[in-house]
Amino acid sequence: MNLEQLTIDAARSAVQERKTSAAMLAESFYAKIQSDDPKIGAFLTLCKDRALAKALEMDALAAKGEKLPPLGGVPVAIKDVMVTKGVRTTAGSKILGNYVPPYDCTAVARLEAAGAVVLGKLNCDEFAMGSSNENSAWKPVHNPRDLTRVPGGSSGGSAAAVAADMAVAALGSDTGGSIRQPASFCGVVGMVPTYGRVSRYGLIAFASSLDHIGPLTKTVKDTAIVLRAIAGRDPMDSTSADVPVPDYVAELEKPVRGLKLGVAKEYLGEGLDKEVRSAIEAAIQKLAKQGCEIVEVSLPHTKYAIPAYYIVATAEASSNLARFDGVRYGYRAKDARTLSEMYRRSRDQGFGAEVKRRIMLGTYALSAGYYDAYYLKAQKVRTLLTRDFEEAFEKVDAIVAPVSPTAAFKLGEKVNDPLAMYLADIYTVTADLAGIPGISVPCGETREKLPIGLQILGRHFDESTILRVAQASEKAA
Amino acid sequence: MKVTEKDVAYVADLGNLELTEEERTRMVRDLNSILGYIDTLNELDTTNVPPMAQVSDRYGVDQSKEGSERFAYASREDVLEGLRKSLAHDVALENAPDSDGTFFKVPKVIER
Repeated sequence: MNLEQLTIDAARSAVQERKTSAAMLAESFYAKIQSDDPKIGAFLTLCKDRALAKALEMDALAAKGEKLPPLGGVPVAIKDVMVTKGVRTTAGSKILGNYVPPYDCTAVARLEAAGAVVLGKLNCDEFAMGSSNENSAWKPVHNPRDLTRVPGGSSGGSAAAVAADMAVAALGSDTGGSIRQPASFCGVVGMVPTYGRVSRYGLIAFASSLDHIGPLTKTVKDTAIVLRAIAGRDPMDSTSADVPVPDYVAELEKPVRGLKLGVAKEYLGEGLDKEVRSAIEAAIQKLAKQGCEIVEVSLPHTKYAIPAYYIVATAEASSNLARFDGVRYGYRAKDARTLSEMYRRSRDQGFGAEVKRRIMLGTYALSAGYYDAYYLKAQKVRTLLTRDFEEAFEKVDAIVAPVSPTAAFKLGEKVNDPLAMYLADIYTVTADLAGIPGISVPCGETREKLPIGLQILGRHFDESTILRVAQASEKAA
Repeated sequence: MKVTEKDVAYVADLGNLELTEEERTRMVRDLNSILGYIDTLNELDTTNVPPMAQVSDRYGVDQSKEGSERFAYASREDVLEGLRKSLAHDVALENAPDSDGTFFKVPKVIER
């Protein structure tokens, strides 16, 4: 079976109609992983027993002529920040190098309930902190479109696996852009749903008010299918919203004619690479040709998004990562003579440089004397950024924008300048701060054939509209 | 606000990180660089702006109620194992770096 361009429906139909078996399909993907992943580095752990068990379950249903669930027999993979019962989960960190979770992430459980075959766990920046997947404690991920370049991060493994046909779909997480940016860099579709749309239960927490789980797939329709499978209220996550889940796939067919699309002037200013700008402008023109009305909007507080993000996210991270202390699980430093020494050494030895930098920043921002100046201030700016979107959404139905100022950069290019790395998140962090949904869909390439993604941002719980616009763009690209 | 070596030592203490000397030096440089940039937030007048701690405060919360009643949507009955079974004792110990089968074992807590 040709694994390239294999979508969810194509894979599922093939298993349903018994053109192939789910077991053989999983085997083909494992063969591809074996031959191609050594140079890409997307996978950290393979779970063949689990995959085969689910595949056989789906094959048994197909053999009886029963209708398979929406992702029946479809090979998927999961970013290593989501726990999988009995399967090693590391969050890309040495501090969890030998951690085997005793429970499943809700999003993973729901995917499997929908018939998906989980092939393995995907590489990522440590604790989802990074924009290039160079912060993984294990190995970097190489962009399948150009192996000398980064796949983006922190869901670099997720984007690379889908782009390199080593999984039909993947789950990633997005706190400041970590699904959309790697999707853009690798030429796949990636979506961050509204905060609370998908349960965070089982997602190893980085920043609890900013973390989101979302899909990375080859097509917009596949993203709609995965989203419908994983979305919805979960009593195990009190921040998951009690909002009904629409039939995203059915909604995709509604026309985009008449939709008002906002273009934020602050997003197309300087700092944006000119090839990226051309691709975005061309994509916007194509949407206009399909009957969308293009309206200029303003998001005046855009430049304050990065500083606000790096205070809120790091402050929350410093609190969330306090649990990694060598006591109940994970890495414990040897030869510590006291409890205190054990904590300090386990953490210094177990965490990588970027994680420590963010814990320090967050702890500083929350410490006595600085809380008002930093954390409280950042939370107020967060309100201003959210209001910018609310005001814009009174005029338009969605906002179209770049995902990143550039296409994929070279491995090693930004590792020594953390601030430069942070500044590249400018178009993605605001969505996480406001909790609105966003999607990255491929819309073009640079002269060097590097993918460029178009970002579409929408109102809270209006994933349907951004999916429609994304599909319209995908059809025209 | 300039971050000094002393600040780094104090914060590392709070964050329970035993940084090496090289890490401390690098941290002074990195924190200053990042915090210097973060100071741009002070350009904004946020005197009358309410802070936003959670996006989910905006949906689900019953604004007509007071106190903890507002968060009824996120509550459940105070019943043992009301949502699901607790982790079994042995399962909870499975990932322990050191255990005696009943407790997690750690180095001495009280320093003399």
